Amino acid sequence: MSKSLSINGKSYTVNVQDDMPLLWVIRDIVGLTGTKFGCGVSQCGACSVLIDGNLTKSCSMPVSYGIGKEIFTIEGTSENLEFLRKAWNDGNVPQCGYCQSGQLIAATSLLDKNENPTDEDIDAAMSDNICRCGTYSRIRKAIHKAVELKNKSI
Amino acid sequence: MSNIQQINRRDFVKLFGLTSTGIILGCNISSDRKKFIPTSEKDTFSPNLFVQIEKNGDVTLIASRSEMGQGIKTSLASAIADELEADWKYVKVKQAIGHEKYGNQNTDGSRSVRTRLEPMRKMGAIAKMMLISAAAKKWNVAENTCKAENHFIINTNTNDKIFFGDLVDDAAKLPVPDEKLILLKKVEDFKFIGKNLKSVDLEDFTHGTATYGIDVRIPNMKFAAIARCPVTFGTVKSFDKSDAEKVKGVERIFELERLVPPTGQFFGALGGVAVIANNTWSAFEGKQNLNIEWNYGNNHSFDTEQFQKKLTERVHKKGKLVPGSRGNVSSTFNKSKNTIEATYHVPFLVHAPMEVPNATAWFQENKIEVWAPLQDPQTARAEIAHFFNTDVHNVTVNVTFLGGGFGRKSKSDFVVEAVALSKKINAPVQVVWTREDDIQHSFYHATSVQYLKGSLDTKGNVSAWLQRVAVPSIVSSFKSMSDYASGLELNQGFTNNPYDIQNFRLESVKAEAHLRIGWLRSVVNIHSGFGNNSFVDELAFAAKKDPVQFHLDLLGKEKVIKGRSDYPFESKRLKNVLKNTAKIANWGKELPKGHGIGVAVHYSFYSYVATAVEVSVKNGKVKVENVWTTIDCGLALNKDNIKNQLEGAAIFGMSIALYGKVSVKEGAVEQHNFFDYQMTRMKDAPNIYVDIVEAMNEPSTGVGEPGVPVMAPAICNAIFNATGKRVRSLPLLDHDLV
Repeated sequence: MSKSLSINGKSYTVNVQDDMPLLWVIRDIVGLTGTKFGCGVSQCGACSVLIDGNLTKSCSMPVSYGIGKEIFTIEGTSENLEFLRKAWNDGNVPQCGYCQSGQLIAATSLLDKNENPTDEDIDAAMSDNICRCGTYSRIRKAIHKAVELKNKSI
Repeated sequence: MSNIQQINRRDFVKLFGLTSTGIILGCNISSDRKKFIPTSEKDTFSPNLFVQIEKNGDVTLIASRSEMGQGIKTSLASAIADELEADWKYVKVKQAIGHEKYGNQNTDGSRSVRTRLEPMRKMGAIAKMMLISAAAKKWNVAENTCKAENHFIINTNTNDKIFFGDLVDDAAKLPVPDEKLILLKKVEDFKFIGKNLKSVDLEDFTHGTATYGIDVRIPNMKFAAIARCPVTFGTVKSFDKSDAEKVKGVERIFELERLVPPTGQFFGALGGVAVIANNTWSAFEGKQNLNIEWNYGNNHSFDTEQFQKKLTERVHKKGKLVPGSRGNVSSTFNKSKNTIEATYHVPFLVHAPMEVPNATAWFQENKIEVWAPLQDPQTARAEIAHFFNTDVHNVTVNVTFLGGGFGRKSKSDFVVEAVALSKKINAPVQVVWTREDDIQHSFYHATSVQYLKGSLDTKGNVSAWLQRVAVPSIVSSFKSMSDYASGLELNQGFTNNPYDIQNFRLESVKAEAHLRIGWLRSVVNIHSGFGNNSFVDELAFAAKKDPVQFHLDLLGKEKVIKGRSDYPFESKRLKNVLKNTAKIANWGKELPKGHGIGVAVHYSFYSYVATAVEVSVKNGKVKVENVWTTIDCGLALNKDNIKNQLEGAAIFGMSIALYGKVSVKEGAVEQHNFFDYQMTRMKDAPNIYVDIVEAMNEPSTGVGEPGVPVMAPAICNAIFNATGKRVRSLPLLDHDLV
């Protein structure tokens, strides 16, 4: 049952059953706790990660699915994620902060696919991620701001 | 003796694990007064607020309140930094453990800033005075020729300057100046207070490195899940663990007894069947595979639909008169040609913070340590000492970040569970609730039914107001037979009704508890805010008057109600926020077809809030388009944080209005997870405009909660404005409106 996982470019060997959701392998076995548990049934997006660049709810995806693929979590870094982080800072977005790992990963996925998302694009891309503190309007502004920061940097 | 002193360095190291260099100031404030009072022990100084300035310039504040998204760490630090004339980049905040040293640490009631602002400012001012003294000595000049600026003391004659850090050793040797000599800064000189400061925790939040309770890791720790009886206070009859034991990673399965709290205090723990595993998932899977037979007990027959009917029948009959009633309501009704009546209902609600309840505990001989996301760590500590028969000094409670609290994490049941498990397995263990556990075994925000009757005189003014309220009491969680709302609960918008009505009668109606009742962000104000504002809107319509003007008329002449608190109610401030909201919402403007606008005002946690909401109704479905909110919370400490809180409160209030409903059949909660206990999402999120009243010379009042109670009534009033349909029972989901 020994398997090799690649997370944020680093290789980890884990010994778990095939059907353990990736979320718990990342959190409890690998020990990267930035990816959060919120619902366990793909309803809140707190556990969002990118697998080979695709936005995935890690709570509902077995570890076996991640083998041989590149897994990207909030502990990682990418060009779009860094612009988003800067924008999240500028807009003082988080309150409790718990859902923000998932929000940032979902927003990274959005910008990876869409260089200049509209409000409607943001609604479509970000509505799987619940923020109980209610920071949605700041998240929306921060995504637009990240695009602006990126355009300025070019 | 001054209430700000240097404190014993050895104690400081022991208590906080910080080095003992530089200036360490402690200050004593009594639990919930905003003023300094002398300590009870004559010669022993017991500080409960702490700040340290080190040689490298770091200014470290110990935050005695829990951070759960309300931005308290940043807000308190800004007050010290401002008076100290600190450079913000040196300001650090360390989370305090749960300890009586800190005075009252209970983070609820929107009171952290309210009670701690002035002491924090004074600490900063005293530290500044000591640094100035030290510099003046060094230069051999008079103190009044020196000033502090951006982490330096400046000699105003020569423009020489010395870094704070280079002065702390000398300053620490000086006596602490008398508190009477403190000159606090003037409002116009504030650098941080009343400005827009960013959270001190942003880097951690955006990198996934903030440690919440669920992220705590102790070497060799185990993970646990508990199967609890679906019916409140039911017990385990028997269980078959053979399937659960087959789950890889599951190590032990055993019954956990219910811990019943003594009357009047603590929360206890529900008990059930515990599964111990070497990872969270295996514990969840093991729990899922248990076969348990339950003794359901007395609450098995509880059914919320039946209960609502019962309460509705009761509020239509006479209730218990609540003191404070005035005039003669019934004779006014008899004389009036224009009376209206309405019955309103709010269902049970649950907090559902994004981070589920969880706690890590390590029970060792004579020593218990826990790590948990707690709003009230001292109650948790006392409760652990009580149930595990030890002295509180053997219990250490470490407060982690809270992934949302909203009142759920004021209760320490999940921490007691963790300690009980650790004791049993003799190892550190983290208990994690599933989302289903969280929704089905909470301390619920109580349901309510209210009956209102009002009459209008010939001019269309309200001549009489009768209100009957049935709401299960929070007190029921601490004392059986508490079947009526307490005075404290009714004082959240019912007895302290701000309207100028000559004949006013409030009656309390019996409502038993069949679930554990708790408090949720803004508490009973959710009921009073909904009932009062909905009914005023109905009266305005009956009087053929504009709702904003009608509210203003009802608030009557300018009056100040002193009450028992330090914060008198001032009707002009409530009117002022309403007028401002009407202005920023452009109230009275022509709206697009299918749109409607509604308004609500509410005074809670000593703050004044008015909110207008614009909705659109398309194909029978409601969308909240715009929200305009004005708050008067006195001195606004961190404006951007206040805006963030009010934006969040609007979303939280929307979740209540649109989706919030916990229903119970055969004693068991019917909802499971976010698919049937829904939340406002990005696609529903409206534009939110927040205005903060400039009241820098008034004391700071609550911010975290007061934005919630106005939302449901403002939305329902807007729906009425758009469609003529009056929603008197929440949520909108039940009316097929979302």
